[in-house]
Amino acid sequence: MRTVILFFLIIASGTGGELCVSRAMRSMGEVHDFSPKSILNFVLRGLRLPWMWVGVAMMSVGFFSLLAILSFRDVSFVVPVSALSYAAGAFGARAFLGERISRNRWLGIAVVCVGVTIVWWSGR
Amino acid sequence: MRPGPGLHLKTYLSIFVIVIFAPLGSVLLGKGMKSVGSAATWTLHDFWPVLLRILSNGYIWLGIASLLTFFVAYMLILSWADYSYVQPSTSLSYATVALLSHFVLGELISPLRWLGVVVICTGVFIVGRTSPRAHGAY
Repeated sequence: MRTVILFFLIIASGTGGELCVSRAMRSMGEVHDFSPKSILNFVLRGLRLPWMWVGVAMMSVGFFSLLAILSFRDVSFVVPVSALSYAAGAFGARAFLGERISRNRWLGIAVVCVGVTIVWWSGR
Repeated sequence: MRPGPGLHLKTYLSIFVIVIFAPLGSVLLGKGMKSVGSAATWTLHDFWPVLLRILSNGYIWLGIASLLTFFVAYMLILSWADYSYVQPSTSLSYATVALLSHFVLGELISPLRWLGVVVICTGVFIVGRTSPRAHGAY
């Protein structure tokens, strides 16, 4: 049961966090200048956005859940199953960021899900 | 992406760093956490002592350093190479993580798990072959 809860936190918080950061970054516009000074400015501007903080907090929850699960499950089980975040990311990006997901990308995600199911069986 | 021997070398080197350091980070975190103690028995009462044991574990910090190395390499390569070229190559990470888990941590990987890993690599490869901007890319 703990395994399922921790996987849920890794995938939901990790992906949710990335979506929030992505939303914050989008609102800042595309980066054109890659000099260290303007990157620093960009990061500092980002830190003023609430979505950035929500994102970082969620990603931290995801990271600590990953640490917790690694303390009692195989790395070769945990990392492949976490690939389910590709599916969560696609659904989230569509719902939360309004992105359109191409048919080929859905196909790739379906294949990832089949692989995750096989790895999950191997861990039972 | 403009071709050239220097650019190719830089790109291959960065992909190598990405495919090695992201899995290495997970393996080091796994090794560190196994010595911290199983979360299967943690209670809320253990929060501070467990956090202290995590933060004082060398393998955890090495794992975080590996993940940061991966992250910097990933950011750098995206500044000159196409995302649709980089992302499929990173699907190899799932194979590397299985190999490292077996040879470094001594985990037993059943043929079924290998099959799952290969299917996931294939799926991630297909995801990566799609355009990073899907608008009008059907």
